[in-house]
Amino acid sequence: MTETNPIIVATEVHKWYDTFHVLQGVNLTVERQEVVVLMGPSGSGKSTFIRTLNALEDFQQGQITIDGMELSADLGNIEAIRQEVGMVFQQFNLFPHLTVLQNITLAPIWVRRWPRSKAEEVAMQLLERVDILEQAHKYPGQLSGGQQQRVAIARALAMQPKIMLFDEPTSALDPEMVKEVLVVMRSLAESGMTMVVVTHEVGFAREVAHRILLMDQGTVVEEAPPEQFFQHPQEDRTKLFLSQIL
Amino acid sequence: MSLTQPNRPSPPSWKSALTWLRRNLFSTWYNSVLTLVSLWVVYQGGRGLLVWMFSQAQWTVVQVNIRLFLVGRFPVDQLWRVWLVVLMMAAVTSLTAGILQSSRRGLMGVGLVTAGAVGLVPLFKGQSSDIIWVLAIGSMALVNLGLGPMLKARLPSQRLSRGMVTLWVLALLSLLWLLLGGWGFSPISTQQWQGLLLTVLTAVISMGLSFPLGVLLALGRRSPLPVIRTLCIVYIEVIRGLPLIGILFVAGIMLPLILPSHIQLDDLVRAICGLTLFSAAYLAENVRGGLQAVPQGQIEAAKALGLPPLLVVWLVILPQALRSVIPTIVGQCIGLFKDTSLLYIISLVELTRISRTVINQPRFIGRYAEVYLFIGLIYWLVCYLISVGGRHLERQLGVE
Repeated sequence: MTETNPIIVATEVHKWYDTFHVLQGVNLTVERQEVVVLMGPSGSGKSTFIRTLNALEDFQQGQITIDGMELSADLGNIEAIRQEVGMVFQQFNLFPHLTVLQNITLAPIWVRRWPRSKAEEVAMQLLERVDILEQAHKYPGQLSGGQQQRVAIARALAMQPKIMLFDEPTSALDPEMVKEVLVVMRSLAESGMTMVVVTHEVGFAREVAHRILLMDQGTVVEEAPPEQFFQHPQEDRTKLFLSQIL
Repeated sequence: MSLTQPNRPSPPSWKSALTWLRRNLFSTWYNSVLTLVSLWVVYQGGRGLLVWMFSQAQWTVVQVNIRLFLVGRFPVDQLWRVWLVVLMMAAVTSLTAGILQSSRRGLMGVGLVTAGAVGLVPLFKGQSSDIIWVLAIGSMALVNLGLGPMLKARLPSQRLSRGMVTLWVLALLSLLWLLLGGWGFSPISTQQWQGLLLTVLTAVISMGLSFPLGVLLALGRRSPLPVIRTLCIVYIEVIRGLPLIGILFVAGIMLPLILPSHIQLDDLVRAICGLTLFSAAYLAENVRGGLQAVPQGQIEAAKALGLPPLLVVWLVILPQALRSVIPTIVGQCIGLFKDTSLLYIISLVELTRISRTVINQPRFIGRYAEVYLFIGLIYWLVCYLISVGGRHLERQLGVE
């Protein structure tokens, strides 16, 4: 890496659920336009960690800086950071009482204070980009899982974030719908979006990621570019993990 | 045919009616016995009622006193103000209904009710002006039901909903103006609001006030701030543990004794306070049920978009929570409407109280059954209307 201006810097992040030490000093630095994939067995803390990056989870020790802003308990600060960080969830979490278009324009209108016409124009462009323009006036319940997840991506992008977080975006999808979501994510990466992705999709990690992190028991076990990660893993834990998923 | 259209209902015929009878009423010997016994019971009860209604009952008591039942001692020369209020409310309601749903059944219903009402006016010794009012109200409702869909097609939804809210606020304000008087109209004391008019007004106002209060209490009960949460829990549990009649008694009879004598609260205001405080506690618990049904993921998604907490509640949580509790809220509206009959204990002359007055008229001593059957019918009719309206709303807002 030649850049010197990282957009995410997390140092020694610790988190406890009561006595359970779920994050045990996680370090992560993400450069602008970089795609980082987090892998690891379930319970390794990867989802918890990605959720600390936009303060959906708090943490007790350590420091997280997003685009120069340090995460603190201050609500104004948290909201400012969330506006720059889009998030896509495993369960889509679209708002069922709003149409697809309303889902996408909600935050731009209420948070960014855009006029409705501008918000809708941007939303339509995004829907075209994720290839579901014709569903704009339907409700989420009328769409397939893959379509819903693409709407969720468009909804996050509508805020024009600098970073996109993906928390297992394809895990709740039927197999035949995984591909359409990955296609959208891949083109997003190609457009230069900074992305942190928790996923089990080996193909996506291999072809799109710049760097892969393996997490286990609340720490980062190994960190490497994809070729090295898959071909020449250094740690025994990584070898074991790869033998289980490949 | 039957393969391509599996859901086509079979045409009604004498034969299928016979099949229906056999399948549903006479499928086994004990079902047949039950059917026959039930039929006998219905026949005995129904015959008695019908015979009484048409040969023994003397309906003149209702006929003569119809105005008393509906508006009590509202000044007769000012009755047009009540009519105007009804016209206005019918207009706004039908316009809203038309915008929400363009239903041909609604048009038919309004037409039938209007025709029926016009037919009843002479029966109740009404005047020709009453017929004109009823006709005006009916045709206004019909026109608006048709106008609604047209407006919906022409105007952007944002402007339409803003316009409708303004219209409702204006209508409710002018309702108060018309009924209270002042600013050009002769003033009318709330003590002259009586009968069904008073019943409907107290129910509607109390429900309208208890709704925001109940929602706030429900939100407060889930607040992370311990003081607010505790206050809300204490309020809800205390009020729910008291009988309404006790609360009304405190509001109506004990408050004037407790308060310094120069503070004079209107009877009606006190009654509405009592009903509102009571209803809000129950509403809060109903709404809380809806709040709990909103998945955590919805809240996280809203937060992740950068929405501040108040907007998360207003834009994402409340719409979903309220939608899921429409049936229980409708049930509560019905309950509140009937609970207004307890207002007689603080000497408000609502529908139930006024029927006692009617029964005490020397000319109609002993005509309990006719009077109570009649006001029972009125209560039922209003509650049924609330229920139908609620079901429409549910269907309109149902998540697809």
